[in-house]
Amino acid sequence: MSNPQLIMYDEEFKQINVALDKLLREANAKVIFLVDKNGQLITGCGETERFDTTSLASLTAGNIAATGGLAKLIGEKEFSILFHEGEKDNLHISIVAGRVILVVLFDTRSSLGLVRLRVKKASEELTAIFNRLLQKNEEKEKSGDSEFPFAEITDDDIDNLFS
Amino acid sequence: MSFINYASREINCKIVYYGPGLCGKTTNLQYVYQKTAADAKGKMISLATETERTLFFDFLPLALGEIRGFKTRFHLYTVPGQVFYDASRKLILKGVDGVVFVADSQEERMDANIESVENLRINLIEQGYDLDKIPYVVQYNKRDLPNVVSVEELRRELNPTNVPDFEACATTGEGVFETLKAIAKLILFDLKKGK
Repeated sequence: MSNPQLIMYDEEFKQINVALDKLLREANAKVIFLVDKNGQLITGCGETERFDTTSLASLTAGNIAATGGLAKLIGEKEFSILFHEGEKDNLHISIVAGRVILVVLFDTRSSLGLVRLRVKKASEELTAIFNRLLQKNEEKEKSGDSEFPFAEITDDDIDNLFS
Repeated sequence: MSFINYASREINCKIVYYGPGLCGKTTNLQYVYQKTAADAKGKMISLATETERTLFFDFLPLALGEIRGFKTRFHLYTVPGQVFYDASRKLILKGVDGVVFVADSQEERMDANIESVENLRINLIEQGYDLDKIPYVVQYNKRDLPNVVSVEELRRELNPTNVPDFEACATTGEGVFETLKAIAKLILFDLKKGK
């Protein structure tokens, strides 16, 4: 498959959240969230309860996909950073480790320059974490040690979802 | 592909509704949205033109409950059916876990159906998927209209591999949840196999 399944474990999840919290503080941001390229929210920090993060995640991934399509049309591999400026709030969107999307929402308490600088630093840290995670995913898959929660799934379990 | 989060005990899957223009993909999602309890659904997003034709996609997140202690979420997407939006359709198929093909049962739309299935197959290949290997169901929509093709003929033309198929009328909701349930089941069984 072009984009293998992503499995997140406790250890890396904590590391990612620590990195995002740090970025939130250092960039003076309001909300930060991480989305996979298929539109699924991985995690977020800051004032997340004020926003519909699920929809934001889906639209962000759609935006990245569409922009990637534009990039290809002009002979670029992708555009790694997108910036949307609003009257009060701004969105800084960047691709990390080639497969996840980092979204930083900030207002006048911060600036584009500061956000760009801090995102760059945080991206390196996040890339290292995701590379470890993907390696772990691969190793577990190879060894067959997937501890898969759905191995014992039954028809009834699935039917119950729709009852 | 699906995203499994052991830390927050969540699993997210992506279902794409595919089919020719005006076959009823958005109507399927609207019916699911109307009939789902408020706490189980997120906001439905429709990126449509002024004439209500889907421009990029419709999106509906559904949290159906827990399986083995994992919150199970399905993200439902439609693609724009109109022929000239092929680039958008390709993008939306990225990371898909299961596909619902919505066919328009009307006689005059048969060619459009056949063309759309072919287009689905090609666009999936571009994303690294094989239609014969991923969870896939077919819905024969608009069964309430007078000028419909028989299910046998639709099956012969659009479902030669005999995947689960359903008769439906998305405006009244007939067959809508049966279709969704079938694709969700196939995806979860696929996950069970650890794919």
